[in-house]
Amino acid sequence: MALTKEEVLHVAQLARLALEPGEVELFTRQLNDILAYVEKLQELDTSGVTPMAHVIPVFNAFREDEVKTGLDRDAALDNAPGREEGSFVVPRII
Amino acid sequence: MTDALYSLSISELAPLLARREVSPVEVTEQLLERIERLDGALHAYLTVDGAGARAQAKEAEARLGQGEATPLTGIPMALKDVLITRGLRTTCASRILENFVPPFDATVCAKLRQAGAVFLGKVNMDEFAMGSSTENSAFGPTHNPWNRECIPGGSSGGSAAAVAADFCIASLGSDTGGSIRQPACHCGVVGLKPTYGRVSRYGLVAYASSLDQIGPLTKEVRDAALLLNCIAGHDHRDSTSLDAAVPDYLEGLGRGIKGLKIGVPREYFGAGLNPEVDAAVQNALKTLEGLGAELVEVSLPHSEYAVAVYYLVAVAEASSNLARYDGVKYGFRGEGRNLLEMYGATRTQGFGAEVRRRIMLGTYALSAGYYDAYYRKGSQVRALIRGDFETAFEKCEAVATPVSPTPAFRLGEKVSDPLTMYLSDIFTISANLAGIPGISVPCGFSASGLPIGLQLMGPPLGEATLLQAAYAFEQATDWHRRKPQL
Repeated sequence: MALTKEEVLHVAQLARLALEPGEVELFTRQLNDILAYVEKLQELDTSGVTPMAHVIPVFNAFREDEVKTGLDRDAALDNAPGREEGSFVVPRII
Repeated sequence: MTDALYSLSISELAPLLARREVSPVEVTEQLLERIERLDGALHAYLTVDGAGARAQAKEAEARLGQGEATPLTGIPMALKDVLITRGLRTTCASRILENFVPPFDATVCAKLRQAGAVFLGKVNMDEFAMGSSTENSAFGPTHNPWNRECIPGGSSGGSAAAVAADFCIASLGSDTGGSIRQPACHCGVVGLKPTYGRVSRYGLVAYASSLDQIGPLTKEVRDAALLLNCIAGHDHRDSTSLDAAVPDYLEGLGRGIKGLKIGVPREYFGAGLNPEVDAAVQNALKTLEGLGAELVEVSLPHSEYAVAVYYLVAVAEASSNLARYDGVKYGFRGEGRNLLEMYGATRTQGFGAEVRRRIMLGTYALSAGYYDAYYRKGSQVRALIRGDFETAFEKCEAVATPVSPTPAFRLGEKVSDPLTMYLSDIFTISANLAGIPGISVPCGFSASGLPIGLQLMGPPLGEATLLQAAYAFEQATDWHRRKPQL
């Protein structure tokens, strides 16, 4: 399953990354090297194997539904690149 | 008793502080002076917080005077810059967070503050913890204190270098595929990655959430036990943290390892292992045997698939975790005429090449039509790797292996070839995939004077046994006492 340059550009767009001109070729080659390497997993028969996430399965971490103070609004906005009247400011969408 | 306080471990310094023979202010001043004078050559620190450290040292002094101290009160520490610190810039060694000042503390930082530790500053790392050499830092690499031409390991390279160079008394790092153990090995210090869930990840900036774990890098094994005593435990803010009792990790130290069964997995001693590393680790196995441990041969047959699994699972989780850096709520914002252009500019200019490569790979592995072949397949092989360890731990209580296949490589040697770089983590990645604990302890030096490490891995929540064995090994050797000439 070799990636084409077009697919690399498509993936970049999905990830909201804009590639520099020379990077398309470089990333296509490097990503294909890595994908060729991970292809070795296909040697293994994993039918019936349950995918693993946590070493000790933890289910439903419940807690009491108590009202607590959250992060202060000003503190939450302090790192924003743009803020106005208690809100985040972004470039126009439409 | 005022000379070279910076060179002490926690275990050496704490009694002096408790008896008030030295003051935390004095130790802190010595360390700040040393960092100022010598870190230009190593670049372990990204941010030094002199004013904050001095204030904390004064508070610690007062606390020591009132007899309300803990073993960590007044201990100056360096924190990997992936741990959120309230009011202190946290960059993840990325342009995208270059000016980010967190409004809250990571749970581990809050616990250390409560214990009275002093934060000297934040140390360098591979950007977002993605790398094995600290060369992926947006602010320039860290150099190995044993040889400036060599990498310190990564991603917690700043932590390991700062501990080895006596730029702090101890440090905390994070380990997603070996990022505590491998730099500890390359810098000749102790590094412990706890069981997944043993330490809260709240406030650890996420790279790969099912693999990330915080742990100590220290000058001796006892210090790692002390720090784990402080940071381990359940946290309602991290739903994956384990609700299991925290033992006193100091308790087993000194008990020795007579009769302890230590497995030696044959897959870790094959082709590709540097002969000097092989010799040092074989020697370490003999030492363990001499201390009364029983060596048993075990097999971890799926080891050869670990790197491939990691580079599917970790990158997939990374692509999702790093979607939050969009230039809206915090961090760097690029210019764009509309929202989409702004996102693209922000992420392209804000992330370095390796981060973008992993986001791309992860986005692809999770994209429509590929999820089963990649992420799901990877998670299944991950279960097989965990199964290997379960089988091995029926025959032994810990396994012993090398940490890294070679001593520290040269800066620049592997930067142009990501896959070769990835393969340098071949012995450490499995512990993260299986979720089990692992520790790296110094076990020798190469002919050219670079440190070599021994790795001990144990079953889930087996930290106490690992610390006990590592401590016994350390007491029988003096590798950890050597210091680099700066």
